[in-house]
This record gives sequence, structure tokens and C-alpha cells, in this order.
Amino acid sequence: MSANLMNGARILLECLTREKVDVIFGYPGGVTLPLYDALYDHPLKHVLVRHEQNACFAAEGYARSTGKVGVCLATSGPGATNLVTALVDAMMDSIPVVAITGQVTTKLIGSDAFQEADTFGITRSCTKHNFLVKKLAELPQTIHEAFHIASTGRPGPVLVDIPKDVFQATTHYTPVSHIHLPGYKVYTEGHAGQIRRAAQLIWESSRPIVYAGGGIIAAGASEDLRELVERVDAPAVCTLMGLGGMPSGHPNFISMPGMHGSYASNMAMTETDLIIALGVRFDDRVTGRLAAFAPHAKVIHVDIDPAEIGKNRTADVPIVGDCQKVLEKLNQELRDSADQKERNEAARAGWRARVRDWMHEHPLEPEFSSDEIKPQHLMSEIDRISGGEAIVCADVGQHQMWAAQFIRFNHPRLWLNSGGLGAMGFGFPAAIGAQMANPDKLVFAIVGDGGFQMSIPELATVANQNLPVKIIVMNNGYLGMIRQWQELFYNNRLSAAELISFPDPEKLAGAYGFKGRTVEKPQHLRAALEAAVAEPGPYLLNVRVSPFENVYPMVPAGGAINEMVLAPPQPVEA
Amino acid sequence: MLQLISLLVENKPGALLRVTGVLSARGYNIESLTVASTLDPELSRMSIVVDVDPSQRAQVIKQMNKLINVLQVSDLTEGPAVRRELALIRVRATPQNRAAILKEAEIFGARAVDSSVEGFAIEATGDSEKLDEFIEVMKSYGESEVTRSGLVAVSLEAKKLKLAPPVKKDLDLETKTDGVLK
Repeated sequence: MSANLMNGARILLECLTREKVDVIFGYPGGVTLPLYDALYDHPLKHVLVRHEQNACFAAEGYARSTGKVGVCLATSGPGATNLVTALVDAMMDSIPVVAITGQVTTKLIGSDAFQEADTFGITRSCTKHNFLVKKLAELPQTIHEAFHIASTGRPGPVLVDIPKDVFQATTHYTPVSHIHLPGYKVYTEGHAGQIRRAAQLIWESSRPIVYAGGGIIAAGASEDLRELVERVDAPAVCTLMGLGGMPSGHPNFISMPGMHGSYASNMAMTETDLIIALGVRFDDRVTGRLAAFAPHAKVIHVDIDPAEIGKNRTADVPIVGDCQKVLEKLNQELRDSADQKERNEAARAGWRARVRDWMHEHPLEPEFSSDEIKPQHLMSEIDRISGGEAIVCADVGQHQMWAAQFIRFNHPRLWLNSGGLGAMGFGFPAAIGAQMANPDKLVFAIVGDGGFQMSIPELATVANQNLPVKIIVMNNGYLGMIRQWQELFYNNRLSAAELISFPDPEKLAGAYGFKGRTVEKPQHLRAALEAAVAEPGPYLLNVRVSPFENVYPMVPAGGAINEMVLAPPQPVEA
Repeated sequence: MLQLISLLVENKPGALLRVTGVLSARGYNIESLTVASTLDPELSRMSIVVDVDPSQRAQVIKQMNKLINVLQVSDLTEGPAVRRELALIRVRATPQNRAAILKEAEIFGARAVDSSVEGFAIEATGDSEKLDEFIEVMKSYGESEVTRSGLVAVSLEAKKLKLAPPVKKDLDLETKTDGVLK
């Protein structure tokens, strides 16, 4: 027999190896048995999760924390449908993921076979692109195309559906060196004329603001962003997806804009005369009522996805390109035209002073109490331990907003959260993926008592892999964000918001063979967190926080972002 | 407003699903859609009429351009293009009005493609407004049934097809396989 006669399963593993995949997150099933058989003695690391959704969330955690493509694997039918939520999540947040699903044997497709689902049809709208591989000959090409599409342009999830007989068939494997996707056009460079116009607008502006998002992180443009901000000396905001794109401690950084953004950010975004929008999509959670958003501003909009430009807000200077490449050129333009800086510098100095005043007027400051742990207190303690260096994976809800407000990030790819989709159950499995990719880093999974119980089976995975993830449950006994909205907008009728029966964390973690405990007193919080971090393995810390705390500032849905509610209207009775 | 877009699409499985899926997911109503192969059997031409707010026209084109199997998108709503639609009309005729129906068809440049004691099948092409009128006229003669093709169009301007070049993947081709061979 020829030396390179291989079956489809092994060819797939060959292709993954050539794409430099070092770990895949998955769950086996009937039709993927040939692939699992090939994995049995293959050096590629496989992490067995406890639910397919978490395989994809973990792949996202891997991708978000490294910038590399995350890979997950599920079987046909229920395995594939379980991926859907996480694929949509990766789609919304532009995260490069390749999902491989098994499919029933080619001949059975369309016959309602056991564990058959129309994965190709179901995942069409939740992927950047998807494939059904019907012939083994197409497999290597398809896999490399999938990685190329996932990781270039605006990144996103790509799914490859592979029938069982394709895994089993054998052929002579020839590595692929080129791929050709004639309709896949990515414009990265940015239009030189528009970049020049952008520089011009910047020097003409009196009240500029830099509005940076996930595109900065995807493009690896943090250094260029920082140079731009310093060169113009403009205030800068990072969106929920962009946190870490600027060091949180930078003097020009005024935190996050939008629904739970800082007062200074929202005031500055309203009063500005020039928005320098970089890798953002003018999301409704940022703009509030669109018609009232930044009414006096011209807009420079840089994005690699042409469809984002002008989608929600018309751009005066549209620039289609990769944020890193465009910013490098824009910074060069600004250097070359530095003599123009003085023209409006006096006005810009006044603007900076005004933004500083807003920051001092209503700073984002944690709350403390001597009787109970305030959620903001918890976040500021985690911030103290992290020192801007730890990976923080948040779930979705109040704790996510407080973490975004109070935990600082010195670098990109430290803050991992489900931004666009807001998928509860994201945080803990994402932390598993992040810890696999960064074995020497401190990784926190900050979760609510709601979201944690959606991903609780993964306690087995951290135990099994001995991953030292620090699971911090911000436990207020409620679906906190639901309770907050019910309090504010539904006459405090707390319908289905209370979470009764949270498991004893010591027993729960103990059942999996690691440590856990509850902390309730503010004076014990610091020591409890330090003990959790000192533990060499995983740790489950259940932090009982005051149940009725609300996230402020808050822009009510449909409101303009300068119409923030800054504090509770009155104390609410328990 | 009605927007006419013309797509050149790779003949890949699911290509139609992707196009219609994006249109429906973004809330654009499809008024008509036709697909057929082109001179290159690997490519198909889709002519789609969508009902969109004028402010969304550019967005529709951009969303179509994002699809990986779509090679070219043209907005043919205005500008130099020929736009035509085909209608097949079955009209019930009486011995008294048969001649009048044929005369009417002739005036519209339509022709009978089938004739029976019950009536005619008539083929008409033209722009949509002209077909609307013709169909109204035929309905006045008696019970009618109509099948319309939806608008197809050809641009009168040569538009250069811009394709992405092949990409050399930065793959470590020297990677040693693990040596377990079948």
C-alpha cells in the first residue's frame, strides 16, 4: 500500500495539524466515532467537555484569549444543534471558530435517519460560512478554506459538516498549498485619500473622541490605537468588546460608553464634534436612541466589514480596512501634518478639561458596606488581585457590567465576555478554553448564580483537566439584571427572578475533588479571594453579595445616552 | 421601494439558501427571484427584486457582497439595463371573443402558444407595468390564470468581474505526519 493512503478522519487531523491547531474541545457521538478512533493515538489534544455548547464556548475562550482559531467538535443531530447558541455568539462578537460536526452517512442524508439534523441549513445563519463535505476529495481543501474564512477579514465561526462515510473512506492524501475563494474579497489597506481626509477632520475638530471596539482587538491594533489617542490627545472610550484595547489606566481613557457606561463617556459621546469610530458597529447598547446619538458629530468610521459602515450611523469619512493597517497609516498622516495640530489645540484643551470635569462629577466608584459585600466591592477586590493582568471571563448580567466597570485591563485579550448575544452560560466554559490556551495565566470565571448553573456540568471538565480556573460566583440570589428591570420598569413585581436553592459550594466542588467555599462578610472577602488564587487547582468561591444592588449609571431602553439614571431613585424594601 | 439586484453566484450547494436567508434575516421582502445558469456552467445568475426602504439599498448590496459564493452584485434598479418579465396567461375564451383576444394579444406584442376549445395560453414579455396592463385586459375577457417569471435584467454596461486571487496558505507543509498509516 502506498505510504499516504489515509482515511478521512486521519486526513482531517492532518489538516488540523497543518493549521497548527493544538487543542480541540469536543464531545463524541455515533457518526464521529471514526474520528475519535483516529484521535485515540494522535498527538492532538482533545478536551472532553460535558455539553457541546460548552465545547464551542471553550473554543471561543481559546480564540478570544489568543487570537488564534478555536476548534470544537460535535456529533450529528443533537450534537450539532447544541452548538447553535455558541456559534451565534461567535458570529455576533466576530470570533474565529471552526466547528466540525459529524453528519449521517451520505446515502442517509434526507431520510430522517437516527440523529440526523439539517446542520447545514440550521447553521447557515449562525456562521460566517458553512460547508457540507460530500466527498473525501474535497475535505482537505474545505478544512483550509474554513480556517481561512474564520480567521481573515471580519473573523467569525465557520462550520464544516462531515458525513460518517467521508471519515471512513480512504484516499491518497496530498497536502493543499493554495485555496481559491474567488468571491471572498477582503479589503484591509484602507483608502489613502480617505485616510488623508480623516487626518484633516481630526485637526479641524474641537471636541474629538475615539470610540474603539472589538475590531481593535481582532486586528491587534492596541499599540496603534494608543499612538493615535496620544497624538491627538483625545479622550477615548472602549466598548464592552473593546475593553483592554487601551490600558484602563491610561489618562485619556474614560471607560465604556452606553447603557451602563460611565457618565463621562456618555456625555462626551453626546457633545463631541468628531467621532473616530474604530472597529465598532454603533450597537444599540452603545448609542441608545440613535436619533439622539452624538447629534453634533461628524464620523470617521474604520471597519473591515463594509456592511458595518453606514449601517446604523452615516459616516462622513468611511474607511474600509483592517484597524491596524489603517491606524498605522492614519498615524503617519497625523505625523506628517503635525504642523496643523496647533490650529484647534486651544479648543481641544478646553474639551479635555470638560471631559475631566465630567469624570470628577460622577466617577465610577465602587460601593462599600461593612455589613454586606457590595458587588462593586467584589469587583474592585478582583481588580486589585489582577492588577490589570489576569484573564477575566464574565458571564452575562449585572456582574458582567460591574466587572466591565471596575476591573482594569492593561492588555487586549484579557476581558472575555459575550457582548453581542449576551449568552448566559458563556463565562465558565470560556474560562476553560482561555486557561487551556494560557496555562500559566491567572484566569477568573466571574459568573452570576444564574449563568453558573447553566454551565455547572463543566465543573467536571476543570476537575478532569485540573485547570486552575478561579470560579467566582457573584451570588445575589436573583437573576439580578431581570430583578433590576422588574424593579425599575415593572413595579418591582419580581416574576421568576429569584433563584432559590443554590448548592453548597464546598460540597459541590468537593464532589468533584476540589475546594470551594462561601464568603459573606466584607471583612473576609480579600482573604477568601487570595486563598482561591493561591490554590494550585480549580477553586469555587461563592460570594454572597447584597441582593438588591442595581447597576448604575443606566440608560433606560430607548433613551438618549446623556439621559442617564445615576443612582437608585429610593431604597427598595426587601 | 422595489430594488432590482443582479447576482453572479458560484453554483455551490446552498447558494440560493444563503441569498434568501440573508434577505429574510435582515427583514427585506423578496418580490421576485429567478435563478438560471450562465455561459459558464459553474456560475448562476440571480435576478432578485426586493422591497426595501430607499435608505437600505446600499446595505442590501453590501450584505450580498459578504456572501462567500457571490462573485458580483449589481444594482440594476436604475441605469442602463434591459429589464424584462415573462407572463404565461391562460384565458378562457368563448366563440364570440376568440378573435378579439388574439387581436388584443397582437397589440401588446404577445402571442398565443396554445389554443383549445376552452381558450388560449398566451405568452407575453415586457416590463412589469406593461404586463400588468395586459393581464388586466385579458381578465376582462374571462376567467384567467397567470404565471409570471419575475423580473430578469441584463446590464448594458460591461462591468469587470473582480475576483479574489488564490491564496497561498501559510501551512507548514513539512509537518511530519505522525506516521500511523493505513
